[in-house]
Amino acid sequence: MKKSLYIAAKDLKSEFRTKQMLNSMLIFSLIVIVIFSISFGDLLGQPDMMAKLAPGVLWVAFTFAGTLGLSRSFAGEMENGCLEGLKLSPIDRSSIYIGKTISNAVLMFIVELLTIPIFIVLFNYNISNIPGIALVIFLGTFGFVSVGTLLSALSASTRAREIMLPVLLLPLIIPVIIPAVMATGTILTDGGIGSISSEIRLLIVYDLIFFVVGQLVFEYTVMD
Amino acid sequence: MDSIISVRSLSKSFGRRNALNNIDLEIKKGEIVAIFGPNGAGKTTLLKIMSTIINPSKGTVLVNGIAAKEHPEKIRGMIGAISHETYLYDELTARENLVFFARMYGIENDIDKRVDSILKSVNLLKRADERAISFSRGMKQRLSIARALLHQPEILLMDEPYTGLDQHAAANFERVLMSTGDSDVTRIMITHNIERAFEICDRMLIMDRGEIRFDKLKTEIESVEHFREQYLSIVEKDTDAEGISNF
Repeated sequence: MKKSLYIAAKDLKSEFRTKQMLNSMLIFSLIVIVIFSISFGDLLGQPDMMAKLAPGVLWVAFTFAGTLGLSRSFAGEMENGCLEGLKLSPIDRSSIYIGKTISNAVLMFIVELLTIPIFIVLFNYNISNIPGIALVIFLGTFGFVSVGTLLSALSASTRAREIMLPVLLLPLIIPVIIPAVMATGTILTDGGIGSISSEIRLLIVYDLIFFVVGQLVFEYTVMD
Repeated sequence: MDSIISVRSLSKSFGRRNALNNIDLEIKKGEIVAIFGPNGAGKTTLLKIMSTIINPSKGTVLVNGIAAKEHPEKIRGMIGAISHETYLYDELTARENLVFFARMYGIENDIDKRVDSILKSVNLLKRADERAISFSRGMKQRLSIARALLHQPEILLMDEPYTGLDQHAAANFERVLMSTGDSDVTRIMITHNIERAFEICDRMLIMDRGEIRFDKLKTEIESVEHFREQYLSIVEKDTDAEGISNF
């Protein structure tokens, strides 16, 4: 676990210096929110309609911005043969996966933290259940990056990596996006944690399965 | 001297192509071995199997008596690797790169002291806090020597380390390489530079089509010219044979 934290810290230090991934993710996410708020401007006065649309808009922004970030996650490791350098170290290969998952998750949380206030303003929401929305976003994001990090490693060595990642990732994250959108919708319409317990259970199971599977199969995805 | 690396009946195939074909090789502790061969001869594959990055299709590799397939992490801890790729993170400073890799190799005590000492030995201490991206190719290669020797490996594997270096940088790289680290470190180098290898190596190997076709101590070779003739006769004979069989 210590080695994974070192890998995550190394990734974040590099990223905070260039802000390449962070800036592009953030700009993309904000553009999605702004475009949807303009498109659905006429519906802003209809709370029932907005309750159905807004959670989807939020997760579309998170998913697409996250995919953009994930596509760069292992591309950086391919430069100068850094991934091979890591593979030559006497560490368990799953440490690389865990470290990368942590750094990808942190970057996504930062983007989400900056996107949500803009979303609240543009969609005229008042979130009363902050712990509830934080829990849903945490579980949804963790599931997303657990799968995304594995597929990012898989697609990094392919020629069409930018196309390959979304093609592989988007169908696989449907089971996490659907409960996340439904739970977000319930929370935004003043629902309590109790009313989203089935979605939370689904998200936890999905997160656990993919995080464990990711660790087990990561070695084969980075094998020469 | 005892064997530090034993390669026994080693074969590796990628799909239908045989990269290595039943190789046997013993390398003694402290030896400096140069491996030559045309592109696709299997040199890099052999080094990658020795460093446990890839698994063989058949056969075994023992490092210090430990089977590479069963204990890859132990083997990786004994090996330092230098390649034409630097394995360095451009956005981190020289010091940050070394501290990161020191931690990956399980070094926890006196990291700063050890990093400063190795940076000094490769003449980069003054630029320790500059990002690797600002370094010249020669400086990056010296930093990659520091990275490879940081954990005091018993074996140093080098895959075409002179690639991209000018004459001066190559000579500088060689000087640093030979003066840094313990003298009993076993060094195995893949190169196309016969003159340079002849100066520093104890033993010369020629690989072709996944087989070792020539294996002699430097003392058994008359001269560089003689070795070059041997090399060309092996490589050209096979090229002709391929031409005839394809024809």
